[in-house]
Amino acid sequence: MNSSLLLAGIPVTAFAMFPLPLLLQRHGRASAALAAAGVMTVCLALLLPLAPDALSGHCELVRLAWLPNYGLHLSLRLDGLGLLFCLLICGIGLLVVLYAAYYLPESDRLGRFYAILLLFMAAMLGVVLSENLLLLLVFWEITSLSSFLLVAYQSDKYKARSGARMALAVTGGGGLALLAGILLLGHVVGSFELSAILAAGEQIRGHALYAPMLILILLGAFSKSAQFPFHFWLPNAMAAPTPVSAYLHSATMVKAGIFLLARLYPAFGGSELWFWLVGGSGAITLVYAATLALFRHDIKGLLAYSTISQLGLITLLFGLDTPLSVVAGVFHVINHAIFKASLFMAAGVIDHECGTRDMRRVNGMFRYMPITATLAIIAAGSMAGVPLLNGFLSKEMFFAETTANPQFAPLGWALPLFATIAGMLAVAYSARFVHDVFFHGEPIDLPRQPHEPPRWMRVPIELLVLLCLLVGIVPRWTVEPLLAAAATATLQVPPPTFQLALWHGFNQPLLMSLVALAGGVLIYALRVPLFAWQEQLPAMHPRTAFERFHRQLTRSAHVIVTLLDNGSLQRYCALLFGFVVVLGGWSFFSAPSGSHRLPMQAADEAAVFALLALLIGAVGATMLYRERLLAVILVSVVGLVVALTFLRFSAPDLSLTQLAVETGTVILMLLVLYYLPPRSAPKSSARRLARDLLLALFVGGGLGLITLRMLTAPHETIADFYVQQSLPGGGGANVVNVILVDFRGFDTLGEITVLAMVALASHALLDRLVLVAPRRDADGRRWASDAHPLFLSMMMQPLLPLALTVSAYVFLRGHNAPGGGFVAGLITGVALIMQYLANGIAYGQRRMPDEQPGLLALGLLLAAGIGVASWAFGRPFLTGAHGHLRLPLLGEIELASAMIFDLGVYIVVVTVVLIVLAGLGRLSLVAHRHGEES
Amino acid sequence: MEALLATAVGILAGCGVFLILRARTFPVLLGLTLLSYAVNLFLFASGRLRLDAPPLIGSGASYADPLPQALVLTAIVIGFGMTAYLAMLALRGLSESGCDHIDVDQGR
Repeated sequence: MNSSLLLAGIPVTAFAMFPLPLLLQRHGRASAALAAAGVMTVCLALLLPLAPDALSGHCELVRLAWLPNYGLHLSLRLDGLGLLFCLLICGIGLLVVLYAAYYLPESDRLGRFYAILLLFMAAMLGVVLSENLLLLLVFWEITSLSSFLLVAYQSDKYKARSGARMALAVTGGGGLALLAGILLLGHVVGSFELSAILAAGEQIRGHALYAPMLILILLGAFSKSAQFPFHFWLPNAMAAPTPVSAYLHSATMVKAGIFLLARLYPAFGGSELWFWLVGGSGAITLVYAATLALFRHDIKGLLAYSTISQLGLITLLFGLDTPLSVVAGVFHVINHAIFKASLFMAAGVIDHECGTRDMRRVNGMFRYMPITATLAIIAAGSMAGVPLLNGFLSKEMFFAETTANPQFAPLGWALPLFATIAGMLAVAYSARFVHDVFFHGEPIDLPRQPHEPPRWMRVPIELLVLLCLLVGIVPRWTVEPLLAAAATATLQVPPPTFQLALWHGFNQPLLMSLVALAGGVLIYALRVPLFAWQEQLPAMHPRTAFERFHRQLTRSAHVIVTLLDNGSLQRYCALLFGFVVVLGGWSFFSAPSGSHRLPMQAADEAAVFALLALLIGAVGATMLYRERLLAVILVSVVGLVVALTFLRFSAPDLSLTQLAVETGTVILMLLVLYYLPPRSAPKSSARRLARDLLLALFVGGGLGLITLRMLTAPHETIADFYVQQSLPGGGGANVVNVILVDFRGFDTLGEITVLAMVALASHALLDRLVLVAPRRDADGRRWASDAHPLFLSMMMQPLLPLALTVSAYVFLRGHNAPGGGFVAGLITGVALIMQYLANGIAYGQRRMPDEQPGLLALGLLLAAGIGVASWAFGRPFLTGAHGHLRLPLLGEIELASAMIFDLGVYIVVVTVVLIVLAGLGRLSLVAHRHGEES
Repeated sequence: MEALLATAVGILAGCGVFLILRARTFPVLLGLTLLSYAVNLFLFASGRLRLDAPPLIGSGASYADPLPQALVLTAIVIGFGMTAYLAMLALRGLSESGCDHIDVDQGR
């Protein structure tokens, strides 16, 4: 089969299939586990045909453009390093799946667990197979998120939740730094593709941005791989179920940071900064975490710190920055994954069988579970670096590398000494694990009677320990081809020849190993005084520090939130207007003020009078808003002045529309007033009043200033096009109407859609709305119980046909003279409402169509349909056509297709007015009934 | 003339803002109406003030800018729609909480 298809198939399968266990869990736990194992097996099966090529040093690439403008491609690569990690991820994944089925309680249906585990595995495969660094980052973040879910799997426990939160905060924060670093890197290299980046090592190391790039990327890698000073999240993540720890915290996720170091080594390695940062952090982590591991009483705690320490060892190896140290680092990645996964699983067995992981109580287990104990002892031996086991080989290489480091030449003795001390500590904590748990007398007060675990729960451990032995005894036949391919891919050049062998002769590394073994046993022998010394040290708890930091952050966030978001709409409005003032003021005063000012036109008496009327109306309404009826009247005065202003300044269409809307608004306000509580609100406090006045002053003054500045600035307009094209292009002399229904018809379609939405929403809000109609006003007077005034009702009936005729006239002439669908619709609507007012709701309701929302649809369909119709003539949406028609009485009118569009507008507007106003009126029927009952 | 219009816009906006900041629904309704007058006039003014030049082809030698007029025309109608919607919200709020305070929990 096509190899690029196979390669692409690996992550695609993993991501597509991850919910499978969730779907199959209703068929039982076994189905869920089989589904998870099946997905991993498929990934392995897809990988295996690709393995020979990758082992021979070939790099398989697949590329699919995703967002090419941003340099983001769906591109994958498989080389030796990727192959190694894929094998670890899928292989150990399979064992973990088997193990978890026995470890997790029977009551757990496992679907959710395996689904998240598969998602995590998919993301890890994505990380190690990505060719594009941005793509890698996407997968990187998915590993953080899915590992959060896995650590917090037992979400009813506080420790699980807080541990998961800490892990997410640290690794997520590191992910952000990594993003920044990768963006810088892409900026420097000009591509996010690894092939380009790995080939640009010289350019990257020589660039001025080298240090920031390196530091940002290392922040990402170190936080993921729990390197000092970001190590503290890993022990707290031990609240995860043990299979998760075995998978994420030994073999895979914590190795993602190491993977990144290895991947980017050719681009970043080989500088002094790299040596000191990577080597330094690795060295500190190596010794510091090993010391802490020694003093843990929790088995998993010991394993967690030992993991941190071993990761520090690998980091240090990369930091030593010689080809052979890199080979040793890659080798130790393999070995550590194997022995640490088996140790975690053994710890899980002990926890599972004893009910506790406290090494002060779990003693003498060798007698109760001899097979598990033997396996764990072998794995721990590997961790300590005992000969014949795989850990010995890589530790030997590590020792060899420290003896001859060129960068550390002046202090040639210091590095080997340091390495030996680290080796001693590793031996000591391994010895403590073995001796305390499996020997050291009898168990103390265990919740359960321990015995060997179920047969199949032990199988994963057996396989891993077998690997420890095989790699340790016959490395050349087992691991060497894979290691050579991975090292070649890491270095991007073939590594110097190295020999994996048990016996290199009696040399310095062997001596160091022996010293470490002896020293480690000695340290363990001195444990009683050492523990006493440790007890009296001041306690250092990064966990509590983190928790305190987290709490303070939450608290200050809470303060800010309550300051801004206290649920008060009034507060929001005030903040909004304040912000508008600040922003507007800032841009007003910072904008260049054009020196050229146009002269103003002379004002006349009419304008002054109009302003005076407007002033009285607006300020009056504002001051007297408690006198609601008066306020409505005053606002309507303002509306009239505005309508006159439009008329004065050559906008007859606006004037007409404003007049019609004014009528509707007044009716609306009166209807609302009818239902609102008759008493007026208490007066605002003086402080509130001052604040609001100030805001009003600033907003009003600001807007006035901007208007004046705008009106006196030179003016360029695109209107000439519309004026010239109105007759020939749109077939109408009223340019405003032609713009609305033809040139900018699409906008208008959007606007009537908004109107229709308003009407629908109002319809929904009015549905089953129950209000109580007041029977007395605020002063205790009864509402008039008169029937509808005879005079009004007599007037309105003949007026209706007249009003409809007027609106038809206004509609028809709209294309050439002031008028059109909007105005005509408003006139019709108001005329119909007047019928309600004059004759009562019941009268109106009998004569009106019931399905008013349907009319909205009709109007919208007409308007949109005429637009679609132009497709039939091969024209773009809403292209107009027009012709002439001579009608009696009206004379010649332009009959344009835009008229049908305008008809749609007309229908929508009429329906909106009816739904809103008649709907409100209809409420009064119900309200009166309730009013009389109460 | 320009100064008068700018004054009018300023007064309307100021009064509108003050009313919108009141605590009860009805003044907010009034305030929104005033504020939309202000904004409509402002938008309209962006086409400059022309006397006796309605944008009707054939009615004169030159025409006022029709584009802001078209914008404002729909804005007026949509403004009415928004006012109506706000009124419905106010009534719904009144029926569900029994008070006409815009922050329901403070009005009780």
